[in-house]
Amino acid sequence: MKFKLIAKISVALLKARLKQTMVAAFGVTFSITMFITLLSFMAGLNDLLDNLILNRTPHIRLYNEILPSEIQPIAQSAEYARDYHFVRHIKPKNELLEIRKSEAIIMALKNDPNVRGIAAKTTVPIFYNVGAINLTGVINGIDVDAENKLFTFQDYVVNGKTIDLKNTPNSVILGIGAAKKMLVQIGDNIQITTSEGNRFPLKVVGFFQSGIEELDKVQSYATLATTQKILGKPAAYVTDIQVKLYDITLAPALAKMYNKRFDVEAIDIQTANSQFETGSSIRTLISYAVGITLLIVAGFGIYNILNMMIYEKMDSIAILKATGFSGKDVNAIFLTIALTIGLVGGFLGLLFGLGLSAVIGEIPFNTASLPTVKTYPINYNPKFYLIGALFSIVTTYLAGYFPSKKASKIDPVDIIRGK
Amino acid sequence: MNKKVIEAIGISKSFHDPITVKVLSDVSFSINAGEFVSIVGKSGCGKSTLLYILSTMDTSYEGELLLDGVSMKNKKDAELALVRNEKIGFVFQFHYLLNEFNNLQNVMLPGLKFGKLTAKEVEHHAYEKLKILGIEKEALKLPNQLSGGQKQRVAIARALINEPLIIMGDEPTGNLDKKNGDIVFNIFKELAEEFQQSLLIVTHDLDFAANTHRTITMEDGKIWSHGLPTDEITKAKQ
Repeated sequence: MKFKLIAKISVALLKARLKQTMVAAFGVTFSITMFITLLSFMAGLNDLLDNLILNRTPHIRLYNEILPSEIQPIAQSAEYARDYHFVRHIKPKNELLEIRKSEAIIMALKNDPNVRGIAAKTTVPIFYNVGAINLTGVINGIDVDAENKLFTFQDYVVNGKTIDLKNTPNSVILGIGAAKKMLVQIGDNIQITTSEGNRFPLKVVGFFQSGIEELDKVQSYATLATTQKILGKPAAYVTDIQVKLYDITLAPALAKMYNKRFDVEAIDIQTANSQFETGSSIRTLISYAVGITLLIVAGFGIYNILNMMIYEKMDSIAILKATGFSGKDVNAIFLTIALTIGLVGGFLGLLFGLGLSAVIGEIPFNTASLPTVKTYPINYNPKFYLIGALFSIVTTYLAGYFPSKKASKIDPVDIIRGK
Repeated sequence: MNKKVIEAIGISKSFHDPITVKVLSDVSFSINAGEFVSIVGKSGCGKSTLLYILSTMDTSYEGELLLDGVSMKNKKDAELALVRNEKIGFVFQFHYLLNEFNNLQNVMLPGLKFGKLTAKEVEHHAYEKLKILGIEKEALKLPNQLSGGQKQRVAIARALINEPLIIMGDEPTGNLDKKNGDIVFNIFKELAEEFQQSLLIVTHDLDFAANTHRTITMEDGKIWSHGLPTDEITKAKQ
């Protein structure tokens, strides 16, 4: 009942200055629209750039690195224990990059409840034979099904199908950069040479484009079995085990644990790609800063219109107080006006923001390095809308707070006697 | 015999800006229920200041103010607003109607704020008050469509809406011509005599004052006499 009366008076005052009220509300609408659009676009871009790397990167990679012995012989001598050791000469021994007991490790990982999936890989450094010259390259022997499931491998194969890699013996999916240099097409045969000097023919069944050009000039994909054949190794020969987790934040801790448990090198995604997270968070920070600045400017607009309204409606405020409205009631009236501007402006802003992001999301965006992206990326995260709505209410409340307080303090005697 | 609706006991007030000036000193009087009292005096004698203190809008004074036997000292802003809403009807020199609302709504506003009746009942009461004042036909018009006299009558209806203990007026006929001034005066008289409404009106119109039940004459912040200013006083003032 009481609120209804206050709302009625607020609406009447709003209507009296409809144009200015609309301008103030439009300020909020504009800022919320830009806030939503900016954040959606920025988040979409962040996701795109992150996915470029993160989708193709395992959360934890287990591998074997060739390192010199950590404990040099001289350190084991009790005689020189207290002295500085100049003699450090034991070089790495001739061991393979192979992960030992890979089958047992894979079995153990498959039973780990944190692990979403694993994909074994064998990396072979090779040379592509192009006429008289050799180009350096790398062939990754992969488990096609696991790679598709965990790393959306199919998305990056621009020509041909991944299933052909599985079904055609001795086949290869060439990096698009390498393929261009070698002038090959699907169905052609190419020759490669391993670092040991063995030649091996491979049939091209597709092209691969990761979006990172340097990678595409070098990398190619074959099945695990094919690479093992190239190297002349048994079926258990695996150089990398890629692990995807359910919760990416557990990666550093689990990497440490796997390192101890399996006695292999283990690197987590956060350590390997720390620069991406930094870039994303700074871009997000900038968008928030711009959005909030816009809102604050809109807040000043509301502050102005309310101040003007109070100045103009001094008489009305005085008579309301003289006839029994308390300072609190007057305060409530002007806060209601401010919040109405904020709510209406904010709600329209959310709608326009959604509309504008949808429009941007339809604009064609073609780039050679991103084969799967056809339009500008937009992230329609409801979180942005929630924050936008919350901010619009908070800023309008703050903008209305001081003028309302001023209105509630108006002394009716001063106004009435001043006439 | 009669109940005192308002009682002022030793009310004093000073303005301190820029120098201390005593505008009211030791003013004491009371008004009984159903009395029609006027306060007269020259400009600056403190009569309006006294009225605003009696209306609870001005709270910086010394002395004691009893409304319906209850002290108004040490009451909070919101409590005083309630008292004004319930017990005091105020008519100013200027009508102070809200142009955003029609006349009926203007009359209803204090009633809706009071909140003891439903909106329908308040509307019915407002119509009745407008009828008493003979302007029920203008109920749905906006205030700026009325003449000055009509506006003042709407303002009186607004003062009456919560059936207040007392109606206070600060020069209610000051802005009106003779004809409209007489209409408003007759309304006050009718309210006092037919409805036993207590009234306290500040005026400098001696004809107006002469026709009220009782007149209080003020001079230099003091009550000069409880009666019409005599020739002597008038002379002394000149």
